[in-house]
Amino acid sequence: MKAAVIVFPGSNCDRDMLVGIEHSLGRAPEMVWHKETELPDVDFIAVPGGFSYGDYLRCGSMAAHSPIMREVVKKANQGVSVLGVCNGFQVLTEAGLLPGVLMRNRSLHFVCKDVHLKVEDDKSIFTNKYSHGQAIRVPVAHHDGNFFAADDVLKKIEDNAQVAFRYCDSDANVTDAANINGSRNNIAGIFNEKRNVLGMMPHPERMCETPLGGTDGKPMFDALVEALS
Amino acid sequence: MKATVHVTLKNGVLDPQGKAVEHALTTLGFEGVGEVRIGKFIEIELAEGALKTKENIEDMCKQLLANTVIENFDVEIIE
Repeated sequence: MKAAVIVFPGSNCDRDMLVGIEHSLGRAPEMVWHKETELPDVDFIAVPGGFSYGDYLRCGSMAAHSPIMREVVKKANQGVSVLGVCNGFQVLTEAGLLPGVLMRNRSLHFVCKDVHLKVEDDKSIFTNKYSHGQAIRVPVAHHDGNFFAADDVLKKIEDNAQVAFRYCDSDANVTDAANINGSRNNIAGIFNEKRNVLGMMPHPERMCETPLGGTDGKPMFDALVEALS
Repeated sequence: MKATVHVTLKNGVLDPQGKAVEHALTTLGFEGVGEVRIGKFIEIELAEGALKTKENIEDMCKQLLANTVIENFDVEIIE
C-alpha cells in the first residue's frame, strides 16, 4: 500500500497519523504539503486532525479549497481510499466529499477523552476487521464534532447504511448520554456513497499501541494495508 | 465600493452559542429576551469595475463564505 498524509498549516495530528499508518504498514507514508498541486501515485490518503488554517471562517473551510485538496477530491472520485479524522472529517465535508457538516459541540465545551463507538459496518475497506455491533474505544479531542445533516440528507445516509460508527456506551448501547457532542443519530463517522471515503471525529490513529492506552484503532489500518497491498 | 454579507444559521439548525448567550442575557437581568441566533458579518472591499455584480458576491458565498448545508446568506452592494 502506498499512502500519503496531507499536511496543512495548523495540522497537529499529521505525525500521529504517520505513526499509526507506519505501525501497520511497516514503512512511513509520504507527507504532502497543502501547497502541492499533485499527489504521488497512492492507494490511500489520510487527512489528519488539527486546526487547519486556524479554523478561520469555519472548521475545514479554508483547507477544503487548498491546492492539494483539488487533487484529493479528484483521487477520491477515481476510487482512491480517503480517511479524514477530526479536522480531516470537517475538511472532507467542506470539500463536498461527504454529506453534512460538523457544528459546535452541544455542550459548547472542547471534549477530550476516550469514547466508545458502535461499529455499524464491518464490510468496508476500513472496517472489515471489526465486527458489526462491536464497541471499540478510541479518543476524541474536538470542539466542533456535532454532526448535522438536514432530515432528507440524514434519511439518505441511514437508508444507504453510510454510518460507520456511532457514539455508544461500553456495552454498545447507542444512548443520548453517550452522545458526547450532540451529533444527529449519534453519528461519529460516515462513508460516502461509494464507501471509499470515511470521515470520523474520533482518532483511531491514537489507539494503535498498548502503551498509548489501547489498540482498538489498529484494525482499521491493518484492514487498509491488507486490502491495498 | 464594497459588499457586505450577512451569514446566518438556517431555521431549525441548533445554535448552541446563541442558546448560551440567550441564557447569559437572562442571567444578567435583561427581561423578555427571546431566542438569540448568532451569525457572521463580512465586509469585502471591491476594486472599481471588477466583481461588482451581486451574482459575483453570491458565488463567493456559495463557494466559501457560507456553508449552505446550515447557513443562509444575504448580500448587499454599497456604492
